[in-house]
Amino acid sequence: MAARSYNLRVYPGFRAVTLLCLFVLYAPLVVVTIYSFNASQSITNWEGVSLRWYADVFTGPESEKFKLAARNSFVIALIAASVATTIATLAATAIIRGGRFRLRTWSFGLISLPLMVPEIVTAVATLIFFNAIGFDRGLLTILLAHIAFCIPFAYLPISARMQGIEASYEQAAQDLYATRRQAFTRVLLPLMMPGIISGFILAFIVSLDDFIITNFVKGAGVETLPTAIFGAVKQGIKPNIMAISTMLLGVSVVMVALSWLISRRDNTK
Amino acid sequence: MAGGGTAGGGPRTDTYAPVRLWLLLPAWVSLTILVLAPVSMMLVYSFLTKEFRGGVIWEFSLSAYDQFFCNRGLFGDEPCSIEWTYLLIFWRSIWQAGAATLLSLAIGFPTAYFIATRPARQRALWVFLITIPYWVNLLIRTVSMKFLLRDQGPLNDALLGLGILSEPLSIVNTNLAVQLGLFYSYLPFMVLPIYAAVERYNFSLSEAAADLYAPRWVILRRIVIPAVKPGIVAGCILVFVPSLGSFLAPDLLGGAKTFMIGSLIEEQFKGNAGNWPFGAAASMILLTMVLILLLIFARQQARAGNG
Amino acid sequence: MKKLLHTTALAAALGLTAGAVMAEGKLVIYHWFEYIPQELLDKFAAENDVEIVMDTYDSNEALLAALKAGAIGTYDVAVPGDYMVKIMAGEGLLDTIAEGELANKGNIQPEWADPSFDPGRAHSIPYQWGSTSFAVNRDAYKGDIGTTDILFNPPAELSGKINMLDSQGEVLAMAALHMGIPQCSQDREQLKALNAMLQDAKAHWASFNSDTAKEVLVSGDAAVGQIYDGFAAKARAEGANIEYAFPKQGYIVWMDNVVLLKDAPNRDNAIKFMDFLLEPENIAAVTNYARYNAGVSGVEPYLDPTLATQPESNPPADAGAGVFIEVCDQATQEVYDQIWTNLKK
Repeated sequence: MAARSYNLRVYPGFRAVTLLCLFVLYAPLVVVTIYSFNASQSITNWEGVSLRWYADVFTGPESEKFKLAARNSFVIALIAASVATTIATLAATAIIRGGRFRLRTWSFGLISLPLMVPEIVTAVATLIFFNAIGFDRGLLTILLAHIAFCIPFAYLPISARMQGIEASYEQAAQDLYATRRQAFTRVLLPLMMPGIISGFILAFIVSLDDFIITNFVKGAGVETLPTAIFGAVKQGIKPNIMAISTMLLGVSVVMVALSWLISRRDNTK
Repeated sequence: MAGGGTAGGGPRTDTYAPVRLWLLLPAWVSLTILVLAPVSMMLVYSFLTKEFRGGVIWEFSLSAYDQFFCNRGLFGDEPCSIEWTYLLIFWRSIWQAGAATLLSLAIGFPTAYFIATRPARQRALWVFLITIPYWVNLLIRTVSMKFLLRDQGPLNDALLGLGILSEPLSIVNTNLAVQLGLFYSYLPFMVLPIYAAVERYNFSLSEAAADLYAPRWVILRRIVIPAVKPGIVAGCILVFVPSLGSFLAPDLLGGAKTFMIGSLIEEQFKGNAGNWPFGAAASMILLTMVLILLLIFARQQARAGNG
Repeated sequence: MKKLLHTTALAAALGLTAGAVMAEGKLVIYHWFEYIPQELLDKFAAENDVEIVMDTYDSNEALLAALKAGAIGTYDVAVPGDYMVKIMAGEGLLDTIAEGELANKGNIQPEWADPSFDPGRAHSIPYQWGSTSFAVNRDAYKGDIGTTDILFNPPAELSGKINMLDSQGEVLAMAALHMGIPQCSQDREQLKALNAMLQDAKAHWASFNSDTAKEVLVSGDAAVGQIYDGFAAKARAEGANIEYAFPKQGYIVWMDNVVLLKDAPNRDNAIKFMDFLLEPENIAAVTNYARYNAGVSGVEPYLDPTLATQPESNPPADAGAGVFIEVCDQATQEVYDQIWTNLKK
């Protein structure tokens, strides 16, 4: 092979763009973190360092509500993303690996439908629909609605990934007397993992951040973090929301750091 | 193109053909009940008579579509001339969403590529780095973004202090701010699908091209990008389509002096207007538009994939 | 994958079993978020041995849309604004409070006992009230601010630095005051003039924004902002050198009210709750928390003393009259909707 003076995988400037991308993503969060320590009510005017908003989150009059809202949000996001990812993985297998069939294009259209309808329409329509069939609103209605609109967000990365995997792998497995199920679970699924994880993460953050639909389909007394935060705007945005956000960030950063360290130790053994 | 992806795939992609309907069943059942049924109801609503202050009267009417396409003057008693108001709002939203998608692609592709070419152990870490900010609520993220970008904000202070600018940049309340808002709302939706595709890319193809003396940027354009096209397309759909109906971040940053499609429709259900049939009709027009685009794309892909 | 599903199923089981509190009765409130202190709810729950469930909404119109989409019958009370009380009554969403049912009805201040939006207080009691006008940054402008010209025909130094509320009702009502025409005008010339005036005024505006109406004033991004009195007071407390204006053409007064919803599942408790909120001590706790004004006699001894003297609650002698946002009939409203769409196209 001819010797090249450069690495084919590396394109100049891509690292710089990535760092720029991270900078854009994180710069506003630095503001969030700083102002969560503000001594004043304000989220724009700095008046010195204080932990009062963290105290407020744990002991303030609204602390119970925010805690419950955070728990609801995470439970819903976790379940909705898992179910949506499972449904999307199966559907992608049928659409990408199921040959040509009449329903294929329509299936793709149906899966993309939640993306195409503005959220407020889905929200009002779903509420009317749940009422029409006599379904009581509560956590379950939020969960069902979230599963439905998370499916396309999980589906697209998964199908993109699957299109890049050669069918010869599974065919080879089947030639070696693996059943179709074994070819799927032992060959295709492991190869699919980066796509599945990407889909799961997208579904998770979509569910976690949804306000409009949740606001309409939730039942009495059920809050999620976004509905609590948007509701609080009546009194103006207070730094306690900044403190909650900072703690969420902290938790996620610690979790990621830990899992990375653990995986590194496993690898070096 | 897309179907086989990298070379050596072979034409057979029907391994799961015998069970495909079972595999599709969960998606069909859940989406039919939870999305198709409510949306069909909205389609019906768009042909009904509006009830003042929200709701519908069960009487057939085309007035929602008439309102969309017909300009009948301020008092609604002039003969029909073409109504540009809503077409303009649609056009503007499409333009903004398109610009935001290009911006996301320009930043998102190199980022996804960079992540996918990290050592295997580090990739997950990078993926999480991109998505962690999205654990924080959109409203809070956007308000903070606005704080950074404002005329006397930290960004302008820094650029002025470093002598890069002589006058502060006015970004907030401009079209650019609208696009930044959309870009910021949906960036991971571009990065992750592309990452998932590039991660699978077989670099021996680049090697082969380089051995034939193809310059590296030609390799990127002619070999890498076509191979990961499904990921790019998926990313573009995931940014463009939701951007069309989105309004919270763009309104907050862009000043909301003009309606986006999303805010126009929202206003029909949650605003003073309370005109559900019109909101439903506008959504159906939007839906038809996007659906046609997507189906054309899907058919092309199906043909190319198995042809 | 399987492991993941197991974990989530477990998390679900843990998460979804909300602790059920045993109590005699129940009360389901549909309310704005963070608009009532938790201690007050606890007090009512303890005194009457009821379990309180609260759901929240983010705008009067969202409340109406949700109730009309079928949520009526699941809530006992809600807290709509003045014009929304009238709309909800007109839609048949409210139950009537019979004469004598409310023991504390006499506590309502005389000026709020028979408001235009709910004659005779048949469906509602006062919750909190305040005004909507605008605030001006006094570093940016030193002249007279007691006129709606500041919003609609501003001096050169304020042009392009004005934030309006992203709310049709508030913007158009203020515009009507500015032009001295009725809020529900049916006069074509007046409506055309209103439409034209708004198009001209828009050139002077930087943005429409409700969510960060306070923040843009504190940060100095907007020199003028249409805003609620309570928000203006907060912005001032956060260090903004702003003054809240009471224009001579008039300003908007709003009042949130506790209403008894139709088909309330716990009607008795709803009545008890309304009586509870008519006690000066209790409603004063809301006022101290939300920083607006109560509509109940005898609250003064319980109020935070700074509330009484804040400039946002004390109009100067030359201020115009405060007016409620009016509710127009369908044909008139459609013209106003069109004017609003024209403004934002």
